[in-house]
Amino acid sequence: MTLKRPSGRKANEMRPIVTKVGVVPNADGSAMFGFGNTIAIAAVYGPRQLHPQHMQDPSTGILRVNYDLLSFSVSDRKKPGPSRRSQEISKVIEWALLPVLDIKEFPNTVVDVQVYIPQADASTRVAAINAAALALAHAGIPMRDLVSAVSIGKLDSDLVVDVDKEEEDFEEGEGATDFPLAKVSNSDEFTLLQLDGKIPPEKIKEALDMGVEACKEIYEAQKKALKEMMA
Amino acid sequence: MRNKINEAHEAEEDTVSEVGEALSSKRHVVVPGEIIVSGDDYLPGEGVRRESDNVVANRFGLAEVIGRVVKVIPLSGAYIPRRNNVVLGRVTDITFNGWLVDIDCPGNAFLPIAESPRFINQYEMDQFLAIGDVLAGKIWSIKGRGIDLTIKGKGLGKLEGGFIFRINPSRVPRIIGREGSMINLIKDETGCQITVGQNGWIWVNGDSSDKVMRARRAIEYVAEKVHIDGLTEHMEEWFTKN
Repeated sequence: MTLKRPSGRKANEMRPIVTKVGVVPNADGSAMFGFGNTIAIAAVYGPRQLHPQHMQDPSTGILRVNYDLLSFSVSDRKKPGPSRRSQEISKVIEWALLPVLDIKEFPNTVVDVQVYIPQADASTRVAAINAAALALAHAGIPMRDLVSAVSIGKLDSDLVVDVDKEEEDFEEGEGATDFPLAKVSNSDEFTLLQLDGKIPPEKIKEALDMGVEACKEIYEAQKKALKEMMA
Repeated sequence: MRNKINEAHEAEEDTVSEVGEALSSKRHVVVPGEIIVSGDDYLPGEGVRRESDNVVANRFGLAEVIGRVVKVIPLSGAYIPRRNNVVLGRVTDITFNGWLVDIDCPGNAFLPIAESPRFINQYEMDQFLAIGDVLAGKIWSIKGRGIDLTIKGKGLGKLEGGFIFRINPSRVPRIIGREGSMINLIKDETGCQITVGQNGWIWVNGDSSDKVMRARRAIEYVAEKVHIDGLTEHMEEWFTKN
């Protein structure tokens, strides 16, 4: 590879992964997931009665995700409270997780997922998805599979895996592209594909392949975290 | 045709029983989507589904193979009410024909006046069970909307005195033990009255607070040590030391 990443990582090398299950004692399920300096903490509550009542769905339970950056997670203080950005990310995380969840047996209920980012260094939404998937499993919610997520970046014209902040702000050549994706761990379904920047169509295949490889590694880390929790 | 099936069945049986034994002797932790066993001979039980040839975990927990049935025992998570479960709850409201009871699960439980063991005057319901009172009830039916309780039965009804604490509902089977062996051991050793609700609420009453606290410590100890085999024996030893 001609282009050197600011962090000195190889193109297909992720930042060190940290996982821990059961970090929030009062939640029904919780987990922490970190990519290097990016850390996400997820807590799951429920299934529980949904209020306001008009949101209840008698045919199925629903999933509600709330994602937010904590105000000290970034160098410029983030104004606390929901923002356009956090609402959008909450929604895409919800859509990334819902396909694996099996909450039909809990009508009129809600499964609440709270994901907070105490420390942000790009790729927070994928870290949040990984943490939330672990927390949902820990909460004993029936689910088809786990979800693993990773971001693929393009620095000038080179694809890299797991984008950090410095790479996100890359400006030389074609600039930086952020391509976050989430994958159902044991099947070929993608539950999140976003693209911020430009990527030539012929490179997408390559990017997805890199993502699938990285997701395998993440899945192993997630599996290990859940199994170690009981050891 | 029949012979053919039998032959195939027998041929498979050998490999299957081997796998089954290896797995049933040691229960192991599985994550959602993980393949537990492969082969047509297995029947998917609770927390498990069949995906073509494989039996796959549908939730996080301990996978167990008993004979042909494969199931996943939950290790964590909220309480999901089931019929005939004994649960502890707190009265949250009184209606004209019964009591609303919070049993710490999705949906309120309802205890109809007709399900109380003796006749109760509609106008004096709060003298039998007032708001805030704690009771042990049995889930009598779960219908589309709501759970119905009954307090007709041994050990059910209002709980007076003693105190209540909570453990994770998934640990309750361990606290009770096989045919109540564990809970009876704790009752005998501490001399306390104990009622364990499937929802993880535990009521303990004894004649001294020391005894009650000892019972609570014992229960919390058992709740922590879910993954040990032969826990009842282990507890007998624990009681000699504590």
